[in-house]
Amino acid sequence: MTLAGMAAWFNVAQPVLITVLAIYGLLIIASLITWWLNVRSGGKLAELTARVKSWWVMITVFALAVFISQGLSAIFLGLISYLALKEYFSMIPTRRVDRSVLFWAYLAVPIQYWWAYTDWYGMFVVFIPVWMFLFTPVAMVLLGETKGFLRAVGTMSWGQMMMVFALSHTAHLLYSGDKIETPAGGAGLLLFLVFCTQFNDVMQYVWGKLTGKHKIVPTVSPNKTWQGFIGGLLSTMLLSFLIAPYLTPMSGLVAALAGGMIALSGFLGDITLSALKRDLGAKDTGALIPGHGGILDRVDSLTIAAPVFVHFMRYFYY
Amino acid sequence: MTKLLRLGFFAIVIRTLMVLVLGLNVRGREKLPAKGPAIILANHNSHLDTLSLMSLFPLSSLDSIKPVAALDYFLSSKPFAWFALNIIGILPINRKGGGNPLAGSIEALQNGDILILFPEGSRGLPEEMSEFKRGAELLCKMNPQVPVYPAFMHGLGKALPKGTWLLVPFILDIFIGEPFTYQDVGKKFMTRLQDDVQALADQGNFPAWE
Repeated sequence: MTLAGMAAWFNVAQPVLITVLAIYGLLIIASLITWWLNVRSGGKLAELTARVKSWWVMITVFALAVFISQGLSAIFLGLISYLALKEYFSMIPTRRVDRSVLFWAYLAVPIQYWWAYTDWYGMFVVFIPVWMFLFTPVAMVLLGETKGFLRAVGTMSWGQMMMVFALSHTAHLLYSGDKIETPAGGAGLLLFLVFCTQFNDVMQYVWGKLTGKHKIVPTVSPNKTWQGFIGGLLSTMLLSFLIAPYLTPMSGLVAALAGGMIALSGFLGDITLSALKRDLGAKDTGALIPGHGGILDRVDSLTIAAPVFVHFMRYFYY
Repeated sequence: MTKLLRLGFFAIVIRTLMVLVLGLNVRGREKLPAKGPAIILANHNSHLDTLSLMSLFPLSSLDSIKPVAALDYFLSSKPFAWFALNIIGILPINRKGGGNPLAGSIEALQNGDILILFPEGSRGLPEEMSEFKRGAELLCKMNPQVPVYPAFMHGLGKALPKGTWLLVPFILDIFIGEPFTYQDVGKKFMTRLQDDVQALADQGNFPAWE
């Protein structure tokens, strides 16, 4: 089958298919390197091996969710928000009396992704910051318990903003992107954002391991170094420069700058969630993904990178 | 037919509930016995405790996993009793009637089954352990060579506590401890069990639930 035939069969733009195949190519290289390092160290890199294995699963699930059908993608992205929110609610102190309010917070996930799916931007952008923000505290007031009220309102609103609102920008990109002049539609934009964000995470880690020396925020995340951050930033700018012309309306210098913006905001999302974990005394947010931790450990960068990229795109290209 | 229903219930409903809706964080899963006879003793928070522990075993061994439950509570209504006996597959004990209430459990152990017991008796206050009762000790004393596996569970008391049917998703922690037998510890059985479960509980870093 030709590439064009395959792309038509999956009902995706050809650049999207080629990018996914290229990601698998990178993954094969990463697997071979990990395998070689593991053999050389006498099998001491079990966690790294598990991590690379999990990448195979995650990329395949993501690719299938984007490829199979538009509706399925919304469900898949919504599920990520749901799992992240659940990890968050399981980590933080909560009040017994708020069980029903927590239940409503979970219900906000499918509703928010419905606005994204139907591309109702006005509702998408106010539902959580306005309606949920105002009426979550009201629901708590009506339950009549004032002890710990402010803390409960604060933690619950922040959780909904980060895990539901911020992450749902991925779905917004997918469903609104088809309206604009872009070579590979919404799927191309989403793939570009997710690829750059995750690539930056990996590159930051690799550069940090190889050359890391000067810590950036030692009190929050002792593994983050300037060398890792800058290595990741430059790598992601290069990646973006190379792939943006095929997946997005950007090219040249703008593409490289957008990659840098994703790298920076991804880094900020990462350390923001690290601060949360540190505050709560937790190492990982869960144990869902072997070698990575919880789902929130994997999508933490997207909490800031997704909204920043979406609003950058909206400002310049919508 | 009932067997198929039961398999479907555990393979689809319970798997989805445990892995996707709630989420499991299991420590020491590899310690769980592949074959009986064995007794799992855990703290009790919720109706779903039994099902969550059962979900840790492979579906192929489903028939040999027997949660021990009080007859009077579960057999209160006919459909509920049918569900408890045929789908969950509880081993009922009669707390009130005559005869030896442990007879069924002893027989199951002789058949090589794995029993699940909650020595606290009732579910009590969510996420607070109450004192363990003697029934479990008696059963272990009568089967001194059968290995006992202490287990600690957290999360279901928040997700589905006593007195409500509104399920609110929370990740569920299950910690399995090292097995021991009554023969090993003798009279100190209850202290050992309580200490082990408490030690497992102390491994967790659980957020406040006020």
